[in-house]
Amino acid sequence: MTQVAALVAYDEAIARYEPVIGLETHVELGTATKMFCGCPTRFGLPPNSAVCPVCLGLPGSLPVANRAAIEYTIRIGLALNCSIASWCRFARKNYFYPDMPKNFQISQYDEPLCTDGWIDVTVEGQTFRVGIERVHLEEDTGKSLHVGGATGRIHGADYSLVDYNRAGIPLVEVVTKPVAATGALAPVVARAYVTDLRDLLRALDVSDVRMEEGSLRCDVNTSLAPYGATEWGTRTETKNVNSLRSVERAVRFEIERQAALLDAGQRVVQETRHFHEDTGATTAGRSKEEAQDYRYFPEPDLVPVAPPPEWVDEIRASLPELPAARRLRLQGEWGLTKLDMTALANAGALDLVADTVAAGASPADARKWWLGELARHANELGVDLSTLSITPAQVARVSELVASGSLNDKLARQVLDAVLAGEGDPDKVIEARGLAVVSDDASLLAAVDAAIAAKPDVAAKIRAGKTAAADAVVGAVMKATKGRADAARVRELILERLT
Amino acid sequence: MAAVEPSPLTRMTAAQIAAAVAAGDVSAVEVTQAHLDRIASVDPDVHAFLHVAGLGALAAAEDVDRKRAAGEPLGPLAGVPLALKDVMTTEDMPTTCGSKILAGWRPPYDATVTRRLRDAGVVILGKTNMDEFAMGSSTENSAYGPSRNPWNLSLVPGGSSGGSSAAVAAYEAPLGIGTDTGGSIRQPAAVCGIVGMKPTYGGSSRYGLVAFASSLDTPGPLARTVLDAALLHEAISGHDPHDSTSVDAPVPSVVAAARQADVSGLHIGVVTEFSGDGYQSGVQARFTEAVELLESLGAKVAEVSCPHFTYALPAYYLIAPSECSSNLARFDGMRYGLRVGDDGSRSADEVMSLTRAEGFGPEVKRRIMLGTYALSSGYYDAYYGKAQQVRTLISRDFDAAFEQVDVLVSPTTPTTAFPIGERADNPMAMYLADLCTIPSNLAGNAAISVPCGLAPEDGLPVGLQIMAPVLADDRTYRVAAAVEAAFEQRWGGPLLAQANGLAAPNPDGGSR
Amino acid sequence: MACMSITRNEVAHLARLSRLALTDAELDHFAGQLDQIIGAVARVQEVAAEGIPPMTHAVPVVNVFRDDAEEPCLTPEQALSGAPATEQSRFRVPRILTEE
Repeated sequence: MTQVAALVAYDEAIARYEPVIGLETHVELGTATKMFCGCPTRFGLPPNSAVCPVCLGLPGSLPVANRAAIEYTIRIGLALNCSIASWCRFARKNYFYPDMPKNFQISQYDEPLCTDGWIDVTVEGQTFRVGIERVHLEEDTGKSLHVGGATGRIHGADYSLVDYNRAGIPLVEVVTKPVAATGALAPVVARAYVTDLRDLLRALDVSDVRMEEGSLRCDVNTSLAPYGATEWGTRTETKNVNSLRSVERAVRFEIERQAALLDAGQRVVQETRHFHEDTGATTAGRSKEEAQDYRYFPEPDLVPVAPPPEWVDEIRASLPELPAARRLRLQGEWGLTKLDMTALANAGALDLVADTVAAGASPADARKWWLGELARHANELGVDLSTLSITPAQVARVSELVASGSLNDKLARQVLDAVLAGEGDPDKVIEARGLAVVSDDASLLAAVDAAIAAKPDVAAKIRAGKTAAADAVVGAVMKATKGRADAARVRELILERLT
Repeated sequence: MAAVEPSPLTRMTAAQIAAAVAAGDVSAVEVTQAHLDRIASVDPDVHAFLHVAGLGALAAAEDVDRKRAAGEPLGPLAGVPLALKDVMTTEDMPTTCGSKILAGWRPPYDATVTRRLRDAGVVILGKTNMDEFAMGSSTENSAYGPSRNPWNLSLVPGGSSGGSSAAVAAYEAPLGIGTDTGGSIRQPAAVCGIVGMKPTYGGSSRYGLVAFASSLDTPGPLARTVLDAALLHEAISGHDPHDSTSVDAPVPSVVAAARQADVSGLHIGVVTEFSGDGYQSGVQARFTEAVELLESLGAKVAEVSCPHFTYALPAYYLIAPSECSSNLARFDGMRYGLRVGDDGSRSADEVMSLTRAEGFGPEVKRRIMLGTYALSSGYYDAYYGKAQQVRTLISRDFDAAFEQVDVLVSPTTPTTAFPIGERADNPMAMYLADLCTIPSNLAGNAAISVPCGLAPEDGLPVGLQIMAPVLADDRTYRVAAAVEAAFEQRWGGPLLAQANGLAAPNPDGGSR
Repeated sequence: MACMSITRNEVAHLARLSRLALTDAELDHFAGQLDQIIGAVARVQEVAAEGIPPMTHAVPVVNVFRDDAEEPCLTPEQALSGAPATEQSRFRVPRILTEE
């Protein structure tokens, strides 16, 4: 099934069908060592150098669970309002795959560590409660390089090269309950959920949550049903959606594709699909010859996990301020509306603004720069705000210079551009480019006099009381000073001279 | 038989050797060389070893002698040679598990048991033959050919630790390490006329033991005397942080118990279910005699019923294959071991399937498929789930029994050693060899086999099994040592003294 | 008790699931043996076990953890020492057909 899918325009699809979404998010935990052995989890080590008999699955080796990974998982569960199991076990998920050293994955099956929680997600001022089905702990697999063939992809490759450095890294899977009644907002809700989950995980300090490095990966389930239907539609599972933007696009595409199938009286096939960043489309995964039967059974090499209530209480007490609570607090401190806060959060600017305020800027100025000039810049580059090469401290410094009159807005924008271009800190840029506001009256007066002399007709009008005409002279002075003058002061000086 | 004069050093017990080495009466190198010579002389017939590490063994022995000369403290088994089952990983020797799929594989790490043996100054002579991946009761499932029973070379030495039991019975080593998943230490010990002990599950580390059935596998000692077994038991036991199922508790004082050798006042239960049809008459007779002996030594004997023990065999043949189907999935030709059919056109899946078809023998294939079946969705509850419930019931039977008695006794195995080839392609007949040993694997408790005479009809050794509660390993040694002492007094020497063939203690191989 | 039996087709399916490339003769042979074995082990179903918890571990221990502390790794040479084929310090494996 590789033919190009027919699509229905999004608004039409939503007019006829109700989408239900579900998300399965895999998060690599930021423990120092792997889930079941003492090998390091650091990125970028030479291939097969962070391995031992355990994570290589060598005959005779045995797993021992990492206490920190259990604790991190409980932390995540508590932050997601889950119940923490008083007793649970690891299970083996059996299937053959070359990047899996034992040909089974140690995971959790019917006894996850955390169950039945929720997180509230706000989109366009509306709050949706996303139910959390389960949070469980498992181990990651190795990584393959596919060699030969045209694309370097798995299909058509001649052979593959496997590096097991990532094998055995603790992986938490967060599974939502089906999310219904989001209507046209379904794709945005999906994105907002992943964004909020990412922020939550970051606040909990349990993962570096870098989607681009694969430490946070999403599978997105989508189904459609006609409004009023008593049963949900058949769902598809779109695998490895690896950016926030892709989460939204994948859901949107699946809604448009499935609507076209349903419109044509066809059935949606329950299948795994793959999202393509370049086209924004999903395509059917290669279906396996036989239905998978993972033959789960309790992992006999590991003993049950029974977190004592005191331990859970201790972890609960040590939870940091969570993003939702923090957002409420900052909203109050900054005097913003809920909608303002949502806009900040959706732009990915909340932490940046908070850090900029912490570095000395006023909340209003910090918001202005991040949502204005810097957001425009990020949009042009098509990147996230947080990846811009400017720090909150640098933005705060620019803001401070504007407040003190050393920079005006126009100069400030030039300074920001230069910082983004890698010319260094604001003060260095100002010195190197000579961008400070000209503030001594003597130099300004010379420029004012020159401008008046160059526009005798305008000067006459001003003398005649038409002070509004002063704008033209101000413009000339600003041009002559390359924008480095304080326009208000220039105007004052012109009026002093001519009235 | 070869007429080479065997060294008296090979006739000594481990305790005697250790004492002689410690006293400087003999060097560890001399002891080691004597055993290497014995191996060279008889192993072509016995085929107990898959790999003999002559140089490594002599180097380890030299190290012991050097320590002794330097006045450094020596462990209670320093300088004693040992035969290590080829299921334990060894950095300096291949580890094949009796399988073609691991031919020539050299692990990059030592098993905890291996490490502890080395640390204790025990001299590892080499790696012993076994049923492939420890699945079997005869060593006939080894990809490298069967081992032979030193009592009669046409018979099996039991299994799966048959290489170790044959080596010890043929005086190739005073000590052997085996692993016991359903009886794989006790049954070969019984049919070779030696002592074999399955410790409490978790009492000895499984780290580096190539897994057959993780929830059942237990490493343990084989020896010609109860005291030697106890000394080896203590040397390898104790908590291992690399094994999550390792018991974090003091090792029961088994050596003291073996020296105590006293059963007066002890309550001993005879398991009702382990008698009758299928038990060889000579086995039954020797067992009854052993029970009478215990009574005569002051033990109080009662019959105890463990009604679910009759379901132990079917439960075991669901649980063990299920775990094995998963444990053995890693042997796929991708990372180590055999790879078959990688011609550049075949996919990984095809190469895995060809490799496993070529690399595994029939018994391993049977059990993998049986386990795959038992774990399949739709069958799980009826097979694996039900078997795990039966396991609980068996464990409860033990609990109830141990409220009445201190230890339970039974024959170790229903028959004496059988001829090579007799049960080779009859899995159900082969499985019956573990009928009496399996319950202790399922419940995880301690059990030992100690010789209790020869079956009159074939003149072959019979074993008495003594079972004790979890972590009461010392109790099995106490009873076994008492039985051993009393029988040796009655017989005028150890059971092996009555042997013919290579198990005979005298150089001419004749019986006394 | 249900009549337990296994067909040759089921055995072929088990062989595929288990990655065992069996010949037709082997399939015939194993089908007969497995049928017999399954018939025998199905006896566990005679046991009244309602409400009996399954026993997955021989010793009732819980919460065995290790500290999150680094331990020495193997060198890449050691890790790759047993590999049938290597390239660029990685395990070389035949082409993989399905994505997981």
